[in-house]
Amino acid sequence: MKKIIALVLLVVMAVVGCFFWGCGKKPVNTNEILIWHWMTDRHQAFETLAQQYSEQTGVAIKIQLFAPPDTYSQRITASAQANTLPDIFGILDKKEIFADFIKYGLVADLTDEYKKDDGAWEQAMFPKALEVNRFTADNIYDVKPGIYGVPIDVTNIQMLYNKDLLEKAGVKEVPRTFDQFLAAVKKLNSVGISGLVSGWGEIWLADAFASNYAFNIMGEQKIMDTYQGKVPYTDPDWLKVFRVFKTLSEAGAFAEGVVTKPNKEAEQDFALGRAAFAYNGSWCVNVYHDMNPDLNYSAMLPPKMNPDRPMKIWGGAGSSFVVNEQSAKKEQAIAFLKWLSAEKQQAYLARETRNLPANRKALAAIPEVLSDFAKVMDNTTHPTIWKYNELPKVTEAFDKGLQSIVIGEKTPKQVAEEVQKVKEREMEKQRNRQ
Amino acid sequence: MAKRQKMSSIKLADISENYLFILPAVIIFAIFYIYPFIDIINLSLHEWKGIGPKVFVGLRNFKELMSDKIWWKSIWNATYITLWALTFQNVLAFMLALACDREIRFKKFYRVVFFIPPVLSQVVVGLIWRWILNAGKQDGQYIGLLNHLLDSIGLHHLTNDWLSDPATALTCIAIVHCWMGFGWGFIMLLAGLQTIDKQLYEAAKVDGASSWSTFWNVTIPMMVPVILVVVILTVLGSMQAFILVLSMVGQGLVHHTDVPVTRILGAMQGTKEFGYACAMGVNFAIILIAVSALMKMGSNKLKQA
Repeated sequence: MKKIIALVLLVVMAVVGCFFWGCGKKPVNTNEILIWHWMTDRHQAFETLAQQYSEQTGVAIKIQLFAPPDTYSQRITASAQANTLPDIFGILDKKEIFADFIKYGLVADLTDEYKKDDGAWEQAMFPKALEVNRFTADNIYDVKPGIYGVPIDVTNIQMLYNKDLLEKAGVKEVPRTFDQFLAAVKKLNSVGISGLVSGWGEIWLADAFASNYAFNIMGEQKIMDTYQGKVPYTDPDWLKVFRVFKTLSEAGAFAEGVVTKPNKEAEQDFALGRAAFAYNGSWCVNVYHDMNPDLNYSAMLPPKMNPDRPMKIWGGAGSSFVVNEQSAKKEQAIAFLKWLSAEKQQAYLARETRNLPANRKALAAIPEVLSDFAKVMDNTTHPTIWKYNELPKVTEAFDKGLQSIVIGEKTPKQVAEEVQKVKEREMEKQRNRQ
Repeated sequence: MAKRQKMSSIKLADISENYLFILPAVIIFAIFYIYPFIDIINLSLHEWKGIGPKVFVGLRNFKELMSDKIWWKSIWNATYITLWALTFQNVLAFMLALACDREIRFKKFYRVVFFIPPVLSQVVVGLIWRWILNAGKQDGQYIGLLNHLLDSIGLHHLTNDWLSDPATALTCIAIVHCWMGFGWGFIMLLAGLQTIDKQLYEAAKVDGASSWSTFWNVTIPMMVPVILVVVILTVLGSMQAFILVLSMVGQGLVHHTDVPVTRILGAMQGTKEFGYACAMGVNFAIILIAVSALMKMGSNKLKQA
């Protein structure tokens, strides 16, 4: 009997012991910098660069990949709660969450590093790339002004056109205005070619497209006023934004199934010549190259609705890393990121991964199509750099409303009224919480 | 007196021995099941973005949830998929199980073939069916197999954008879910059929019972326990289906394809409302427990009958 009890106790202690031992921190190599990232397409290039850095400096770099981005984001949030973040990581959330990481002492302020040597590091970067990582003096998140991240590349989202398909349909000039675009779509449809394809099954892409037209139709100030609740979604300018989707849908501009299409499938459609236009980010250059190296295409801004205002597209830092403020190897981590964002390494990354480099000096290394994206970096904007952001449930109602319009279920007016109703309800909730 | 004391100490030792044996399992269960469950209930009473302090809000998340029409629509959508699974999927599984229980050629081959869909990844199945239901065209020809087939047999008017049409999207998902799930039901029902004593069928034959009468009076009563297990597993599995939804329609077609788990995921990943997401989870768990309890009560009554 005693033997049995002793055996059971031993098993219990072993199980509990193993569990807690397993939960504890793994032994850490004190000379090693640990990086967690989510960029599947860049993992090999990062590994190569890490190897080079180790050979040059003797500092070991361990790079771990956690994909897809949703999984990565969950891991970062869980690690922040457990205080087990690596030395270098990325925050894929909106600026409000980025601000929380800073406020809870999880992200290092890199401003002084950027300002060293007369601001050499800061000046080497695309200003738009730094904006995502910058908190200005008037930021609404109560974060100390400064730069908190290092952009690895820049990106922007534009329209792409297949030159061969346009020629086949007799479209001689690339459409610059909305009417020209509709005329081009008509010609394309008449020869059995689909117009615009995009992965709006990932609904933020449709949101970005609508945002482009909102900037073009009413400008940034009115959008910010809407987010603050000063302008309703039933305003004529917002109705114009919703009508863009109705007009395009009625003109047969969208490829079949666009509202539930994953972007990977949309990329395949464009790469295989199933649609003449695509709405996609600059990362697509790498994707299209893998899918169809002979694809003859170029990039263009979405055709303007309002000729008097610029067409603003989403863009800025594509991927950024931050340094763990609580890391014992903070200085080494910063030194590595400085090296990684230097011209030579950025040129290597651009060549290998066909992404736009964050370092302006590395632009010479990029393929021709990518330079079309690089040229319009000044036209970019992004929710993470806006002073105000829309409430999440309003954004959801807005995006789902866009889908309803595209599939012909609701009119722009109905959607505008519904979004406004959600806006009022959410603002009421916010007021009650305060 | 001494004898009684000795007896009670032996009894106590026996009881402690029993408890000690189950202690490792209890510890693991408590850490991995009870603690997270209690934590979810606790989180559902808070407002939390996943980082930083949690603000206690009492039952506010639940109050908001009660008036969240999209949440209740997602529950209805899951119920719709479940109804398809309970009827179409299980009837198909039962019919095929009955066929394979007879002496037919290639019986073993059919068993293997019918069990292939359930062992495939839901993501892969979703993507394959996306291709089958694709409404796009290339060089004037449909890319998707279904539309291509309809077009080639002269039923062009029936071609459709299946996954982007509110009238068909959820039904398509439900049918694919049934296609994936009928193999489980098939295997379980076939196993159940094979446990029925063949003498009962012979006795029925001797008594001159027709095939239908034998099926209704012998097969069905003997299969009731197995059918109930299949029904319970179908309900729980179908109500929680979401991977197939994500792989077939991404983030959804308006709210026509939302199911509870995609709403919970959206609240956690999209809007970072962890407290609200946990409230959804608790609410959903209560619904599933209630449904399971009702089915258990129903099954007890059936057994008594």
